[in-house]
Formats: sequence, structure tokens, C-alpha cells
Amino acid sequence: MLSGVFSLLSALLLITLDAVDVAFTEAAVGAGISIVLMLSTLTLTSRREKKSKNSNLIPLVIVTLTGLVLIYGTLDMPNFGAADTPSQIHVAREYIKRTPEDIHIPNIVTAILGSYRGYDTLGETAVIFTAGIGVLLILGRLSLRPRRRTKKIEKVL
Amino acid sequence: MITWEFIIGHLNYWFFIVLMMTGLYIVIAKGNLVKKVVGLNIFQTSVFMFYISIGKVIGGTAPIFPMDMKINNDVVYSNPLPHVLILTAIVVGIATTSLALALIVRIREEYGTIEEDEIFIIEQELDFSNTRSNTDKPIGHF
Repeated sequence: MLSGVFSLLSALLLITLDAVDVAFTEAAVGAGISIVLMLSTLTLTSRREKKSKNSNLIPLVIVTLTGLVLIYGTLDMPNFGAADTPSQIHVAREYIKRTPEDIHIPNIVTAILGSYRGYDTLGETAVIFTAGIGVLLILGRLSLRPRRRTKKIEKVL
Repeated sequence: MITWEFIIGHLNYWFFIVLMMTGLYIVIAKGNLVKKVVGLNIFQTSVFMFYISIGKVIGGTAPIFPMDMKINNDVVYSNPLPHVLILTAIVVGIATTSLALALIVRIREEYGTIEEDEIFIIEQELDFSNTRSNTDKPIGHF
């Protein structure tokens, strides 16, 4: 599926941007798990899309306008790869300097993820847990599904 | 004011915005719910790439020290903070995607379709039949 190819290409782009950890995750999650989920959904639902009768003009106009506004927003941003931007000279240098003394591991991203910002990672696991519970409640046998409307819908169809 | 250097330095942001808008267009224009989720994913990934490109330093390398921890102070590292942020965001993104796909499967079970306009028509018919059956009741009932 094309979406998986897209994920893999974006992982390659992330490697060229020096974000190897992110590229690993994107390749595993985006090109792996997400495609499996997407394909299984397509198997459970329908494979073909029906033609929509709505005109494409209004979305196109909205998208173009939003894009122009966003591009206007980037005009104040620093050049790509510049070393003296606010994002580079604020706390990032501090993290790079202190990781060897504080955490004693070579990978700075892991150090921040696991230690400096450990609570964020805890929150992330909480989100995944909630999503898992949500999927179980929606699809699993545990769910208290009200089946009242199904018959009515069949009548309408 | 607009120099060649400025355009080259901002081209990456503009590419990511174009990609982001492609995702937004799919979300708005397509009626198929699975395609909407794909559009959201494209939108999301372009935001990720945008963040990572902010953290890149030209001439820098990946923020990993040598294994023996002999740190050479002349080496420039890219900013690790966006990487951490986006790692978290990718994992949260797959969680929300899976929840959305589960909802789509459930909608398909209930309505027999995953096309937005068909679901809308079914909803309207249901509302209509509900109001009709309510008004059919004799007024002296209560």
C-alpha cells in the first residue's frame, strides 16, 4: 500500500535530518504496525471507494488559503540548518552538555526521553493504554453494545 | 529582501506545508472514512518532518556520543529535543489511528457502509422516522 511506502520514505528523510531514533520508530510504527491495522480495517470493511458527488472546489479553496497563511507564517522563521536559532541556543545545548555527566549514556535522545522528560513518556504510555482500552471496548466482547438501532437501519435500507 | 539564500533556507518549510495541505485536502474532500484516516496520517507525518527539520544543524550529526564517551567538543550535534518530542508524537499517533480504525469497523457493522454521505442519509432517514412515529401517537395519550 502506498501509505507504507510514504512512511518508509519519510523515515529515510528523517535519517538524512540526523534523527535516527525517530526514523527507527517511524519505520517500525508507520511502515509496520499502521499498515497492518489499515489493511485489516480494509478487509473488515470495503475495499472500493464510492465516487463522491460533492464538488472538489470548496475544499481546494480552503486548503489553498490555509496553505498560503501557513507559508506567510514561515517567512519570519530562521533559515534551514542555521546554528544560531532560538531553538538551538536555548535549552538544547544544556541537555547535550549535561547528558554525559548526569546520565552516563551515549544517546542524548534516550537520555532525555527516559530521564529528563520521563514523565512525558509516562504520559505517553498512559495514552496508549487508554487507546487500547478504547479499542477493546469498541470492538471486543466486553463491550456493552446497544444493538437497538441495527434493525431500524435495515428497515430504512 | 527576498534573496536566493532566503528561498533555499525556507524551501523545506514550504514543501512540508504543501504535504500538510495534501493531507488536509484528503480529510476534507474524500467521503471514505479510511481515506480520511490516511489523510490525517499524511498531515501528521508532515508535521513531524517539519519539527525535525527545525532541529537540524548544517554540518551537525545525530545526537549520539561515541560509545567510549570520549567527547570531542568540536563535533556539532543536531538538536535532540524535537527528536524526543516527535518520538512521543509518533507513538501517540499510532494509538489514535488504531482507535479511529476501530471506530470505522464499528460504524461499518452498524451502518453497513463507510461512506460519509451514505451514513448521513441513513441518519436523516432515522431522524425522520423517529419524528413521524412520535407524531403518530394519539394526542390524548398522556
